[in-house]
Amino acid sequence: MTNQEMLFEYLLRLGDNSLILGQRLAEWCGHAPILEEDLALTNIGLDLIGQSRMLLSYAGEVEGKGRDEDRLAFHRDTQAWRNLLLLEQPNGDFAKTMARQFFFDVFQYLQYEALSSSKDERVAGIAAKSLKEITYHRRHSSDWVIRLGDGTEESHEKMQTALNELWGFVPEMFDMDAVDEAMVADGIGVDVASLRPAWDAQVNAVLAEATLKRPDVSWSVRGSRDGKHSEHLGYILAEMQFLQHAYPDAKW
Amino acid sequence: MVTLLNVDDVRHVLELVKDPEIPVLSVADLGIIRRIEYAGDRLQVVITPTYSGCPATEVIETDIATMLKLHGITDFDVVTEISPAWTTDWITADGRRKLEEYGIAPPERKSKGALLGFETVTCPQCKSTDTRVVSQFGSTACKAQYKCNDCLEPFDYFKCV
Ligand SMILES: [Zn+2]
Repeated sequence: MTNQEMLFEYLLRLGDNSLILGQRLAEWCGHAPILEEDLALTNIGLDLIGQSRMLLSYAGEVEGKGRDEDRLAFHRDTQAWRNLLLLEQPNGDFAKTMARQFFFDVFQYLQYEALSSSKDERVAGIAAKSLKEITYHRRHSSDWVIRLGDGTEESHEKMQTALNELWGFVPEMFDMDAVDEAMVADGIGVDVASLRPAWDAQVNAVLAEATLKRPDVSWSVRGSRDGKHSEHLGYILAEMQFLQHAYPDAKW
Repeated sequence: MVTLLNVDDVRHVLELVKDPEIPVLSVADLGIIRRIEYAGDRLQVVITPTYSGCPATEVIETDIATMLKLHGITDFDVVTEISPAWTTDWITADGRRKLEEYGIAPPERKSKGALLGFETVTCPQCKSTDTRVVSQFGSTACKAQYKCNDCLEPFDYFKCV
């Protein structure tokens, strides 16, 4: 791969993370347990989709084959997607959505904080802008993990179950492959493996306050960097891309 | 013969463009107009979005273009820049006053402290500082929902970023 191809790949990973999680959160529209959460989840989803638009637009320019953000979002099949497996997992109940969000918010905050000083000015600008939004996302999901964990017996159990179910998707966030290494070497990307201790410290602190146990599961899955996804991504894309497939280049 | 409006005149024209979601604020009050400049005879209006996913951003771009055309300016670009990132510290004093009169608590001054989670929010109705957060996310990305413990009124707070 050329440097340009690696940067394209790297931007896809960032952009796809935001877009797929944003799409998942949009599924809550009209279904959240309370009105405030309906607003919160969709607003967070909008922030994420906004991030992905900036990242995918840039990815398209770097690639130089005339693909814009819409082309990349609506005309790529499953194996061409690079989002983390965690983010395509179904919403489940509210606790599961919060567990997924919490794991990612803490990770994304650390990742974007580091990206804010990327040598690539465009990446640094997008990261610095998004970081302000992520600050609120992280506060929101941390608050809910604490509230549910330290709530009733039932909410505690649901929150613990959610953490346990998603824990095996955590290690993939901190994987480094050749593209990551090259981006770090160029001063553009982040050494995500080095973020793990900070992530653990923040997560442990919230779990302790929430009276929840750090999950102890031995399995883990990975594969998104090579386009290997769970079956869930196909369903997300089927819904998200339907209109553009049925009516190519439709506008309103 | 076309006469070019000077930059100050253009600034006045842009005062007429309102935020589609908080129509008491002009785009100038919001602090999203970064520069107004001429490159030769071509006008450049450089703006910055508030939130990454703010659906108002594209409406604002269109509204600026419409307002410029209404004032006879046809040779222009509306350019978006994201860096440095917009902060609520850029909302003008006038903008803050208009927000409060509209019933939305303006952002407490220091965006740094607010992002760390320390902030006291003043009720726009009775000016009490005994208020509590109902939700960090309100009707739009830029607002949180609060309630006043004194007058018991719920209100929107334009949160600091
Ligand atoms: Zn009050």
